[in-house]
Amino acid sequence: MTTQTTAEAETKTKPLTGAEILVRALVDQGVDTIFGYPGGAVLPIYDALFHEPKLRHVLVRHEQGATHAAEGYARSTGKPGVVLVTSGPGATNAITGIVDALMDSIPLVVITGQVATHLIGSDAFQEADTVGITRSCTKHNYLVKNVNDLARVVHEAFHIATSGRPGPVVIDIPKDVQFMPGPYIGPEEAKPLHTYNPRTKGDPTKIAEAIALLATAKRPVFYTGGGIINAGPAASQALRDLAHMVGAPVTSTLMGLGAFPAADDQWLGMLGMHGSFEANHVMHDCDVMVCLGARFDDRITGRLDAFSPGSKKIHVDIDPSSINKNVRVDIGIVGDAGSIITDMIAAWNEGGYKKPDLADWWAQIETWRARNGFAYRKDPNVIKPQYAIERLYELTKDRKTYISTEVGQHQMWAAQFYRFEEPNRWMTSGGLGTMGYGLPAAVGAQMAHPDALVIDIAGEASVQMTMQEFSTAVQFNLPIKIFIINNEWMGMVRQWQQLLHGERYSHSYSESLPDFVKLAEALGGVGIRATTPDELDAKIMEMIDSPRPVLFDCRVAKEENCFPMIPSGKAHNEMLLGDDGTDLDSAIDDEGKMLV
Amino acid sequence: MPPRVNEAIEKRTFAVLVDNEPGVLARVVGLFSARGYNIESLTVAETDTANHASRITIVTSGTPLILEQIRAQLDRMVSIRTVQDVSSDPLGIERELSLIKVRGTGEQRAEALRLADIFRAKVIDTTHESFVFELTGASSKIDKFLGLMEPLGLVEMSRTGVLSLTRGID
Ligand SMILES: Cc1ncc(C[n+]2csc(CCOP(=O)(O)OP(=O)(O)O)c2C)c(N)n1
Ligand SMILES: [Mg+2]
Repeated sequence: MTTQTTAEAETKTKPLTGAEILVRALVDQGVDTIFGYPGGAVLPIYDALFHEPKLRHVLVRHEQGATHAAEGYARSTGKPGVVLVTSGPGATNAITGIVDALMDSIPLVVITGQVATHLIGSDAFQEADTVGITRSCTKHNYLVKNVNDLARVVHEAFHIATSGRPGPVVIDIPKDVQFMPGPYIGPEEAKPLHTYNPRTKGDPTKIAEAIALLATAKRPVFYTGGGIINAGPAASQALRDLAHMVGAPVTSTLMGLGAFPAADDQWLGMLGMHGSFEANHVMHDCDVMVCLGARFDDRITGRLDAFSPGSKKIHVDIDPSSINKNVRVDIGIVGDAGSIITDMIAAWNEGGYKKPDLADWWAQIETWRARNGFAYRKDPNVIKPQYAIERLYELTKDRKTYISTEVGQHQMWAAQFYRFEEPNRWMTSGGLGTMGYGLPAAVGAQMAHPDALVIDIAGEASVQMTMQEFSTAVQFNLPIKIFIINNEWMGMVRQWQQLLHGERYSHSYSESLPDFVKLAEALGGVGIRATTPDELDAKIMEMIDSPRPVLFDCRVAKEENCFPMIPSGKAHNEMLLGDDGTDLDSAIDDEGKMLV
Repeated sequence: MPPRVNEAIEKRTFAVLVDNEPGVLARVVGLFSARGYNIESLTVAETDTANHASRITIVTSGTPLILEQIRAQLDRMVSIRTVQDVSSDPLGIERELSLIKVRGTGEQRAEALRLADIFRAKVIDTTHESFVFELTGASSKIDKFLGLMEPLGLVEMSRTGVLSLTRGID
């Protein structure tokens, strides 16, 4: 990883300052892009950046935007995202994105400035206890009080952020340490401070057991998650091979979309609260469930004691604490999903297992598919939100497209109606459900893939949370497309108020909306509005063809609900469907109302 | 999955070897508070200066599933080197130190001293009407002794919490 630079030769003669050590370490870690915002406590670092052409710095408009942009960069490249912010408010503004990255296992290295060491604890100007505040929302964090530790810490931070279950790492650097001269050591020489070597290879005995169980299954399913994406493209390929070998259906969490191609016959679509009818029924009725890199989150399981009652469960996860956390499994295998899937394939071949006869199972699955749980009523005069996403998909599917989303109904419809064939093309806030994630995430993805078509499928409420990053896109000539499914409601909130709170729509109407077209123009981008189904395709094409950032105000039906829906506290086979006329008010019992 | 409510609560002692660095105790304690785990006692001190290692002994309780989680959650922390389940280890030893002040005169005072002798508690301070005893042993033994001192004029006590080690050569 070490790159030979002229700076390297100079180091031997002239000691670097802490700020220069940091910048040098970033370059040696292969970083090319930093998302940041300056301030008093990071000025020496900004000074060092001034002299380093290898690092592109993207000036965001709010530090939360920097963290989500870094997440978008990381998710779309598989490389860690890097953030640089100042002390105090810079660091606190970054917290939402740090928690988001922790929940979704996204590798980030977040560098925060801190007041000088002798001022720490004195309530100095812009002092915040950053390591204290971020202790519970990082995978690990550091306060570097001695410049001699700095290079080691930075290299170790990258190792920790990217290995095992990835996550955010914060490095808090006091301003005096940034000025102090100190030694530089490269990634190879740096002796780690901690012995952090998570297990990647799965236990062969358990893998053999798992394969033996899978080979006898009559109704198997692969339930996959973001862990496959994190394990790299080879893991997605291995998943495809394993699935084809066994012939079992494949479903995925929100975070895992793209690991298995949507075009494949074995694909069931996403599972969970707003998952496909067939995926949820398969989960409920299967006899062997193979969970690969997912974590039995409550959005997936629904009611726990009714979750897939008749199945034996195999769980592959890099994080031992994910195994048996929510659901007791029969075989837990700790390690990297890619490595374990490859070993499973080898074990299958060595065991001489043959592709089982799953004809009955598939016949059953076809009846669920035929129910077409995503069906919605089209309207010739009004754009249905589902229709908007279907059209967006049809008109963009043959391009190199990256999709991010905000949070709400539009996010679920995007997961249902946009189809992904490859990993790393889909960026969404799953665990934390952060409104405002999508626009900056698109900025990050577009920085990493300048020639790709990057679209944020947004809601009109969410997008206003980090709207200002549109300016960042304008500044850096990033032609991101913000496709706003504008239903004039916090639609997901409205849907819950309808189902759980007697249609009392308390503070969920998007009042005083800006004119998004004028807003786009004011910010230096392009604004487009579509209001009827007939004009939609042409307007979408206009958006795609624009070389500039676009805000697309897609006016859709206002009160559409997102189905299927597993109501809180219900089991997978108790889904509500859009067109089955269920009395929605009575669908959720009192116990369910307590859940989120 | 069996309903968790019916699972019995068990007590468990974990010996946790950590990197001795600022904030490491806060990390461990923060994990317990963030996830709603119990801490019944906790001790910490540097035990290996050359290797920058400290040892934390935590007594906690929960259902078997929760205890398994606690262990896994500890295990994955970057600052934690090893986690040992001392209570399920047949070679595990657990001891606690306590200081106990008892106030009384006459026959009560004599009885306190007799019982202290039976428990092999040491007298480390005395006045005409009080003792401070030092007692080391399993927590249950200390509980027992405290129970006996209660009617004899127990005033105050201080306990270290459990320390642990395994028997044998390694
Ligand atoms: C930062 C944040 N605040 C609040 C919420 C709760 N929440 C979830 S969805 C939603 C409404 C989103 O509305 P919009 O962006 O218009 O999307 P829609 O559901 O209408 O598609 C809200 C308020 C959240 N997820 N994130
Ligand atoms: Mg909306």
